Amino acid sequence: MKVTGAQALIKSLEREGVEVVFGLPGGAILPAYDPIRDSSIRHILVRHEQGAGHAAEGYAWATGRVGVCMVTSGPGATNLVTALCDAHMDSVPLVAITGQVPSAAIGTDAFQEADTTGITMPVTKHNELVLDPARIPAAIAEAFHIARTGRPGPVLVDVPKDVLQASTEWSWPDAVDLPGYRPTVRPNAKRVREAAALLRAARRPVLYVGGGVIKADAAGPLRELAELAQAPVTTTLMARGAFPDDHPLALGMPGMHGGYAAVAALQEADLLVALGARFDDRVTGKLDAFAPKARIVHADIDPAEIGKNRVPDVPIVGDVRQIAQALVAAYREAVATDGPGDTAGWLRATAQWKQRFPFRYQQQPGGPLKPQLVVERLSHLTGGDAVVVAGVGQHQMYAAQFFRFNRPRSWINSGGLGTMGFAVPAAMGAKVARPEELVVAIDGDGCFQMTAQELATCTVERIPIKVFILNNAHLGMVRQWQELFYDERYSEVELGWNVPDYVKLAEAYGCVGLRCDRAEDVDATIGKALAVESVPAVVDFRVDSHEGVFPMIPAGRANDEIILGPDFSPEEQAAATRREVKGQ
Amino acid sequence: MSRHTISVLVANKPGVLARISGMFSRRGFNIDSLAVGRTDDPEVSRMTIVVDQAASPEQVVKQLNKLIHVLKIVEHEPGSAVERELLLVKVRAEPAIRFQVIELADVYEAKIVDVTQDTLTIQATGSPPKISSLLELLAPYGIKELARTGCIALGRGNRAISERQVRAVRPA
Repeated sequence: MKVTGAQALIKSLEREGVEVVFGLPGGAILPAYDPIRDSSIRHILVRHEQGAGHAAEGYAWATGRVGVCMVTSGPGATNLVTALCDAHMDSVPLVAITGQVPSAAIGTDAFQEADTTGITMPVTKHNELVLDPARIPAAIAEAFHIARTGRPGPVLVDVPKDVLQASTEWSWPDAVDLPGYRPTVRPNAKRVREAAALLRAARRPVLYVGGGVIKADAAGPLRELAELAQAPVTTTLMARGAFPDDHPLALGMPGMHGGYAAVAALQEADLLVALGARFDDRVTGKLDAFAPKARIVHADIDPAEIGKNRVPDVPIVGDVRQIAQALVAAYREAVATDGPGDTAGWLRATAQWKQRFPFRYQQQPGGPLKPQLVVERLSHLTGGDAVVVAGVGQHQMYAAQFFRFNRPRSWINSGGLGTMGFAVPAAMGAKVARPEELVVAIDGDGCFQMTAQELATCTVERIPIKVFILNNAHLGMVRQWQELFYDERYSEVELGWNVPDYVKLAEAYGCVGLRCDRAEDVDATIGKALAVESVPAVVDFRVDSHEGVFPMIPAGRANDEIILGPDFSPEEQAAATRREVKGQ
Repeated sequence: MSRHTISVLVANKPGVLARISGMFSRRGFNIDSLAVGRTDDPEVSRMTIVVDQAASPEQVVKQLNKLIHVLKIVEHEPGSAVERELLLVKVRAEPAIRFQVIELADVYEAKIVDVTQDTLTIQATGSPPKISSLLELLAPYGIKELARTGCIALGRGNRAISERQVRAVRPA
């Protein structure tokens, strides 16, 4: 069958089962926008290409499927770079299609020309400039295969306009042939046995769980392993929801703004079993002071992560779901031969830390609204039954700390790259993927203004997300660092309360706009926002701009130097610093 | 100073050199030398990369392996490979001292490939340390310019790096 390159492209996306493409047309990609009219694929017209990228990410986070975005050459592609980099850092499966100037014009500084494959090489898992229309189906099939297998990531396919216009014979490849790409999926059985033996023998084990557990759909076997080994579990920012916060073994989030119990447990542990985690600096703090007493089992799909930051005692390369399942079986065998493990004393200590040093804030009656209260009430009022999406900064940390995540894929954020402006478009993508569910973007006022234009997309395309702006009139996290580390010399962090008027802005975009600045109105306002149907609801929660995120481990410092914050007494801080366990 | 020599088979695709050199620069690995050429299979090129000691060879190999167009990597243990480099060097050699330079070249089994009134161009091959020592000896005469190809290497013994078995994967 004769088709154009553009038809081959759209047919290929259909063959890959693509339901939705987030995109914005332009000159070079124009030919592809003709056949998409006749396609079963839903195209969602964003207002900025970055929004297309983050929306595709939100879709991928929410489903585990590959998110797809499509933009034109030059500025279209460069506007996508932030989202690609974000997806690369957070291992989000993405396929980005970019138009390119006609092949004869490549390299001539033609109108809207950019070296897209060159620019995106360091921020994609792979990319390709397709110069032969007959190659389009194979390029797309390979892109999806690479994006979703192994360690997932973004793949970009750049197609010149003349290649889209040229005629070719339609042929779908029946196999992907990539001799240089063979991810190791099945774990080494000997390594698994070694790891299980260490876990059984450990008296103070911690399962250090990262985003890989969610990507590998390993929450089930993880829970089995934790319960079997009676090992407490810490879920990183990328892994919130991988293990239920309500579970007695849950320690919550570790790291720079993690909970005390999680941080202390890592520092005191005699064994860390890292599952789909990468010893990121935000978790380890000063690397050579991280978990100093622990032996390390490191399980990851990406061999390059193993030994990158911390040399493990037992490395396991493979799919984390398979690894967790294998560990469960091997642990049972280890118990059968060597007797049961004993973590009872350890669990008493971690439970005590959790109870004595929780995330804490004080909402004064009549005082300024605390941002933590908004998140806590949202969590309570929804029973945790929501998909929460965050941008980057204080609001992100409050969301990660105070929302109780009990299901995988109920938390979406920009972890590695820390992309302000992620939340609104990512929430849009998540809502498209899971239209029956409540999707709430918890956003900051700084973040919100970076990508708020996608509210127009949400209204027009009937994607009724909720956006809760924790508006502190500042770039709050930067303000907090200036307060703590620059002697309160505030420099360029004030955004102001009144510009823009978020309620009017929401209304201008066809959304419902609400405002709340008193603690006693929070429940009613959340109720009103959740009751809005068919259009997005935006709430301007005016919160205390002096509030900081705690606990905090200053950047580059040891986890041992955790600061509990102003809501704890000096005596409590001292007890925390010496990791006191009462009754032992 | 110890260096690591790595042989890499790569798909002979546009941009593959940029992918590899870009990975080295963004990961902060310093390349001491890099030599590329086609193999007997026109779709496969072979790169010989020498990295300095600072880079963890394990991380270098693992990061290289993540590139889709990298087919096979071998890190040569010290002494386990034949390592050779080609040097062209133009040395100041007025008639009075020309024979000294020629003798020196002879010791190194190097060839004189161009002669002028006051210069000699010498072609030498050998292990990188041998080339470096020749250059040290030539330096006092005055080196006008030089070009080195960078090291290429083949493992000793009868084993070869072969491209991995081509095994197609069915798309999901």
